[in-house]
Amino acid sequence: MSVPTSARCVVIGAGIVGNSLVHHLAELGWTDIVQIDKGPLPNPGGSTGHASNFIFLTDHSREITDLTLDSVRQYQEMGVFTESGGFEVARTEERMEELRRRMSSAKAWGIEAELVSPDFVQEKVPFLDKDQIIGAFWQPGVGVVDSLRAGTIMRERALEKGVLTVVPNVEVTDLEVTTGPDGKERVTTVRTTGGDIEAETVVIACGVWSPKIGDMAGVSIPLTPAVHQMISVGPCPQLAEHDGEITFPIVRDMDTFCYERQHGMDMEVGSYAHRAILMEPEDIPTIEQSRLSPTELPFTSDDFDPQLEQAYELMPELLGAEGAEMRYAINGLLSLTCDGLPILGESHVKGLWTASAVWIKEGPGVGRAVAEWMTQGWSEIDISHSDIARFHPHQMRREHTRLRTTESFIKTYGIIHPAEQYESDRGQRTSPMHESQQKLGAFFFETAGWERPHWYESNAPLVEQYGDAVMPREHEWDSRWWSPIINAEHLRMREAAGVIDLSAFQILDIESPAGSGAALASVQQTCVAQCDVAVGKVVYTPVLDAHGGFRSDLTVMRLGDDHFRVVTGGAHGMADRQWFEDHLADGATLTDRTDEVSTIGLWGPRARDILASLTDADVSDEGFGFLTCRELTAAGVTVLASRISYVGELGWELYVSMDDAATLWEALLDTGDTHGTVPVGIGVYGTTGRIEKGYRAYGAELDGERTIVEAGMQRPKVKAADFVGKEAYLAQREALSSSGPKAVLCTLTVEDHTSASGMKRYMLGGEPVLTRDGGTLTDGHGHHPYVTTAGSAPSLGKHVLLAYLPPEEARIGNELAVSYMEELYPVVVGSVDATPLFDPANERLR
Amino acid sequence: MTGVLVCVKRVPDSSSEVVLTDDAQAVDGRFAGFTMSPHEECAVELAVQVTGATGGEATVLTLGDADAVEQLRSALAVGCQAATLVTADASSYGPADVAREIAAVVRDHAAAGRAHELVLLGNDAADSGDFQVGIRLAYELGRPVVNGARVVSVDGDTVVARVEGPDGTETYRVPLPAVVTIREGGVEPRYPSVPGRMKAKKVEVEERGPSAEPTGPKRVKLLLPPPVPSNVQVLGTGAAAAPAVVDLFEELGVLTR
Repeated sequence: MSVPTSARCVVIGAGIVGNSLVHHLAELGWTDIVQIDKGPLPNPGGSTGHASNFIFLTDHSREITDLTLDSVRQYQEMGVFTESGGFEVARTEERMEELRRRMSSAKAWGIEAELVSPDFVQEKVPFLDKDQIIGAFWQPGVGVVDSLRAGTIMRERALEKGVLTVVPNVEVTDLEVTTGPDGKERVTTVRTTGGDIEAETVVIACGVWSPKIGDMAGVSIPLTPAVHQMISVGPCPQLAEHDGEITFPIVRDMDTFCYERQHGMDMEVGSYAHRAILMEPEDIPTIEQSRLSPTELPFTSDDFDPQLEQAYELMPELLGAEGAEMRYAINGLLSLTCDGLPILGESHVKGLWTASAVWIKEGPGVGRAVAEWMTQGWSEIDISHSDIARFHPHQMRREHTRLRTTESFIKTYGIIHPAEQYESDRGQRTSPMHESQQKLGAFFFETAGWERPHWYESNAPLVEQYGDAVMPREHEWDSRWWSPIINAEHLRMREAAGVIDLSAFQILDIESPAGSGAALASVQQTCVAQCDVAVGKVVYTPVLDAHGGFRSDLTVMRLGDDHFRVVTGGAHGMADRQWFEDHLADGATLTDRTDEVSTIGLWGPRARDILASLTDADVSDEGFGFLTCRELTAAGVTVLASRISYVGELGWELYVSMDDAATLWEALLDTGDTHGTVPVGIGVYGTTGRIEKGYRAYGAELDGERTIVEAGMQRPKVKAADFVGKEAYLAQREALSSSGPKAVLCTLTVEDHTSASGMKRYMLGGEPVLTRDGGTLTDGHGHHPYVTTAGSAPSLGKHVLLAYLPPEEARIGNELAVSYMEELYPVVVGSVDATPLFDPANERLR
Repeated sequence: MTGVLVCVKRVPDSSSEVVLTDDAQAVDGRFAGFTMSPHEECAVELAVQVTGATGGEATVLTLGDADAVEQLRSALAVGCQAATLVTADASSYGPADVAREIAAVVRDHAAAGRAHELVLLGNDAADSGDFQVGIRLAYELGRPVVNGARVVSVDGDTVVARVEGPDGTETYRVPLPAVVTIREGGVEPRYPSVPGRMKAKKVEVEERGPSAEPTGPKRVKLLLPPPVPSNVQVLGTGAAAAPAVVDLFEELGVLTR
């Protein structure tokens, strides 16, 4: 087999993702595409070939659910989708509660679903022993697909357009990368056993083998091949009397981590209950070395035996039927990642894209989204959570993936709290204050590998002091990964001051030779806000994609004529860094100072007194105005102080070298002590302080599908200078004045927390917002409103929710309801724009 | 009531490319996995059928390390009732060693009141292909032996074994106790059922040490044959290829006109 010598785009892999990609690239007008695979067609031997091919619709992640729903639409259009319906059954009360949470997500994402009784399940699945379960989550739209057929159809559609060449049975041996004059690496050539292909764009869509191919170009694709065991039992007489592939709904036995899926006369039982069995991509056998296929490995029955008993318990008559035998059993390989999300997008090597760690249920949707991203720079479905640029260096280690997936595999069907923290491979990044924080009893959460205090046990006495004002939570779920200390810290910060470790900030310095203006041009063309400001000014700005959706929101400090400092959150920091690197003007450089510079926040009414006692500099409002920054000496160390706030209080972000940070930290706490100041955790910074002020957060309120206009963040004017997304943003503003918004970001307060049981319940985010009597709301996009952030507002004595509402519902005082665990709680709209509920005139910032 | 002992060996499963261990002493099963040979799967099936018909006990035996219990459980899952593991490094055992160890088990079990009137083995092991253990075992036990039988049944004190020869079926009637080696093809081995597998898990495997030091297989090393060049002949494309396909099918005996 020989390959073409050049192509505009080479797609490596002919599984569900690669096939979907070539189809959508062709649809979007690309030509001269070459698709290669080391295996034969239509089943080259990857994970697609042995997939269970069933699709459950509801995930707690909006991004994954939207990709799934788009995939279902595509499978339906190709005629390869068979609707069967599906149950997630509960054996325990704890699981029923999780199924109620699934109902919340289903309502939020607009999926037909209901909670049903064991009798309802048994009526549809007569061979299920209903005495084993106490209820179920029923989705009539669940179904199975023929993913190999779908792949063939999509490939053939691209072939029919005459824009695709498919070459099976050739293996990639190397990827050639060159470094351009701008210092950026770029892919140039795919070397294969069938010859070399010169290409400007290459996509790695080869599932479990992706890390091996990525390594050829020095790109880490941190996924691990992992075993998912499945067996097929048949022929079962109960199934044999029906024609076709599937007659009975699929059953996910959530508490035993397995599923039962009919496949003709057989019942397939798949397990996520066994130990994590991981592999290195290099150790996957070749087609010739395999008994079945490279991703259908020998079944290790000892691992499956406990699952067998549980499956038998649920369906004894079917699985124990006369003549029903285990006639197929494999350790099937699939891809897992450290955070459970796919790996999509362009790598740091320009032109080299990835579309990996994708399951059948997301395949066509991912293919479309990545193709859109490749061809137009943005996708209709926001896939930024899956961006390959999200990984920090510690996450690119194979060891990290191994440890995290070992921990998460058993949670595939688990009940995962929205704030749940990983236990493995922690402590990758610690601030200079870490030791001090440990002594203060910090409870650490992880962000971008950093250990960040979420609250401090040393502040426990404040809980007693503030009493019910800390809004204690009675229910274990509501208070899991939470402490009333957070709210006590909040109240003390508003009363005196708080000191907050913000070392996880991603700090990016953009510089250029004096007088070149390249640094300014770089930030100007990337940021919405006017960055051509006086040296010493601090700018808060959205960052948009070409479509006018959010890429980020962050702050920019002008430290010199040709020196800007961009500060953004750690979680999204690497993607922001990539974005700025990709938009540097000629002559500008970007330096990541995250590991050199620590940040300490100091906020509260006493913040000025505290800082003043540590420095000779003028920190009065006249001498150090809001949204300005300057260098000063405090506690004997050099500090870049920036007067800005994310918690709505007077104060500063203090940027200090890692070497000096602990000194400053101790000095702030010592001096602050006389003012009643305490260390304050991220629970306040990220949620309570923010939500009282209605500050939006990227990833919660802001994402690629939201606009400045809908988020209520538009300023009176748009700067004259050009920037990414400007045209779209101007059009959004125009549409707002002509036809009004399609959705409006509002702040709501919960009026009554009392559940039917009498216990007070507190929403955690993701819940659907409904009419007061539980009716569905729909915005101008056809979306249903859901809670983007929920949190205590201790200074208001309220639990506050943020949500995008249909414009006609965005009225202050409007009475609506939020559904939490399938009970309705009354809520009232408190703000229909960015006006904060707390200190609306922002007097405390002065 | 006939007590049957069926002897199996843990061997690498098959794949189109044979992979050897680093020391070239064995076929490596790390990719393809481990199994017992098709001959032995048929022997197990026959053991289950014979004991089912006569009401006797089917015992499965292997010599190997702890991993070989997997093959014992597979046999238990399809109907054997008892299992014995002679714990030893199978690679250092030659056919004479293995025959001696099986004989020791037969004698010990008989002394304990568990007679194995019929011992079934595979015709030859899938990995080493020595073809010797059955005959050596019969000699060791002083029993008659039939080699390469496809079907076995027991009729009173006699075992009836059918062997497919080049000129037809040979039927042997041999007095029990006896040894028979089995070739695949006479019976369809069953897959385990779910309850069968669950039952197999609960059976306690008898573990014992070898009776004597092995003399060894005296194998120098395994050599892979040179790769057979792929010989693809394109018969044509589209409908025009149909006559050539029909001719080929006729040649292969798939079709008759």
